[in-house]
Amino acid sequence: MNYSNLFRIALNALTRNKFRSFLTMLGVIIGVASVIAMLGIGQGSKKSIQDSVSGMGANMIMVFPASQQRGGVSLGNTTAKALTLDDVKAVEAGCPSVQWVSPEVRGSGQAVVGNENKPTTIYGVDLDYLNIKMITVKSGRVFNESEIKTSAKVCLLGKTVVTELFGANADPVGSTIRFKNIPFRVIGILSEKGQSQFGQDQDDVILAPYTTIQKRVLAITYIQGIYTSAISEAASPQAVTEIEAVLRTQHKLKEGDKNDFEVRSQEELVSTFSSISNVLTVLLGAIAGISLLVGGIGIMNIMYVSVTERTREIGLRMSIGGKGADILMQFLTESTLISVVGGILGIALGIGSSMLLGKLMNWPIAIMPQAVILSFLVCTVIGVFFGWYPARKAANLDPIDALRYE
Amino acid sequence: MNKSIIEVDALVKDFHVGEVTVHALKGVSLKIEAGEFVAIMGASGSGKSTMLNILGCLDKPSSGNYYLDSVPVAGLNKNELAELRNHKLGFVFQSYNLLSRTSALENVELPLFYNKDVRPKERRERAVAALEAVGLADRMKHMPNQLSGGQQQRVAIARSLVNDPVVILADEATGNLDTRTSYEIMALFQELNEKGKTIVFVTHEPDIARFTKRNLIFRDGKLIRELTVADQYSARELLKSMPPTNDYD
Repeated sequence: MNYSNLFRIALNALTRNKFRSFLTMLGVIIGVASVIAMLGIGQGSKKSIQDSVSGMGANMIMVFPASQQRGGVSLGNTTAKALTLDDVKAVEAGCPSVQWVSPEVRGSGQAVVGNENKPTTIYGVDLDYLNIKMITVKSGRVFNESEIKTSAKVCLLGKTVVTELFGANADPVGSTIRFKNIPFRVIGILSEKGQSQFGQDQDDVILAPYTTIQKRVLAITYIQGIYTSAISEAASPQAVTEIEAVLRTQHKLKEGDKNDFEVRSQEELVSTFSSISNVLTVLLGAIAGISLLVGGIGIMNIMYVSVTERTREIGLRMSIGGKGADILMQFLTESTLISVVGGILGIALGIGSSMLLGKLMNWPIAIMPQAVILSFLVCTVIGVFFGWYPARKAANLDPIDALRYE
Repeated sequence: MNKSIIEVDALVKDFHVGEVTVHALKGVSLKIEAGEFVAIMGASGSGKSTMLNILGCLDKPSSGNYYLDSVPVAGLNKNELAELRNHKLGFVFQSYNLLSRTSALENVELPLFYNKDVRPKERRERAVAALEAVGLADRMKHMPNQLSGGQQQRVAIARSLVNDPVVILADEATGNLDTRTSYEIMALFQELNEKGKTIVFVTHEPDIARFTKRNLIFRDGKLIRELTVADQYSARELLKSMPPTNDYD
């Protein structure tokens, strides 16, 4: 029997039972669609994390003092005083893979303007900080070297701070705010950065020269962190090694001593988050895969019922010259058709629904071509695999018994 | 007209049911020539159905020879038997065995689907011709559930004709039909036989056997009597003598 005949016969058989064929297909449709959508969601969230992390500066490397312990109680790393401005200079001088270096000190408190006030964080930084964090100034200007040297009471405001203290469309450059009762002159407004991937508002900041914060706000001589950036994303691990080496020398740590500081690179963060969302993707994919499997078993079930129900038809087909192989191929073609058509509809539904989900829920969706191809192949294989058994059963029927089957 | 279409020699068929062996056919020899219209008769258990299954190449004899259109059937494998059925045989069943939700035309086309030498166009033409031959030219698009029993059996007969078989095997073809419709079907068979078709008709009803030309009577797995029907009934004549009904045209 030639293949077009076979195809016609199988198609006729399926269209004779349209509703049942469709219901059988539905299992595969949902299976394939959910594989595509789930992997799309997983992949999308991974991509969005990667994007937002690199938006914060993909080459960024942060150094914090290591958390201290006293009497077995961890005090966290904010109490540590391990880092100094000398460390900053040493990193600047001793690390060829490092491009920019900035100290960071920070204080929390109320920012006050007139009768408006807002709790926020003031960051004391060097000029490089803006390059490292990829911050740009929307209006006004950045503080200059002499303002740093003289611990000038100037500051740059993030969008959120501006909105809450001055109103949404205000341009407060030139006005004065008070932070912990110290008046700061606003010299610039930062461009919006939006939320970080942790949900933190990156515009809820005030930037000021680090000298000002050290001396006038916090009255400390150490610093709370060093922000640096590697010359490239690829050089990031090299830069981390260099920074560690320089700081160990600087802190006179002997071999075997634990670091009294922590170096974290954005690149590490990216890979950490990537691996988390990889786990998520695999998990979602596995659940969706199970539903695909269940869909396949649905095909098998229906094909079994169909073989039993159509026993007389099989007997007739054999009596008019259908060979065992013809019957086998007919049922195999039917199950493959169900799964292939179901697969195609599932792909359409999967892509459509994940796009819709992306639109409605504002979720990042990335459709993986591999997922589409894979799920299609899997469902074709499922069609053949789960169709094989019932088809074999049909082909092995004895025509005499089949014809007399009630 | 003396070419043997069916030649059976010392045919034995045993069934093994558990440890019991049932001798369904105990050495049957018979010959059916081209153009004959033969009825195989007998009570249930006489072996006539087994005989038909073997004649129809659906079953193989335990021993003995069977030549269908000069082809020795005994040595053929399953696939060769299927091909033989497709090319040389036409079946008509008691319960019609039409595919539901499939038009009369497509039902008739079915055997040709399994013949790879027949192109789609020819397939359609031959199916149309077969349906015209059984008088259903105007019912081609109808589904089986839209046809009466007699019409369904006509479709089944058209299906058995479509591959131009050397012999048509009918198994109680009138068993599900009322008397009048039975006669109509027999009239159709007689007409086909007049046109040269060889027909083997299995029945247990003596009055249906009267429409054939020769009766083979089976009992206990043996062919006990062969008789030529001396005064063959003409189904058409009988129909004329019956009171007219509004059921059919």
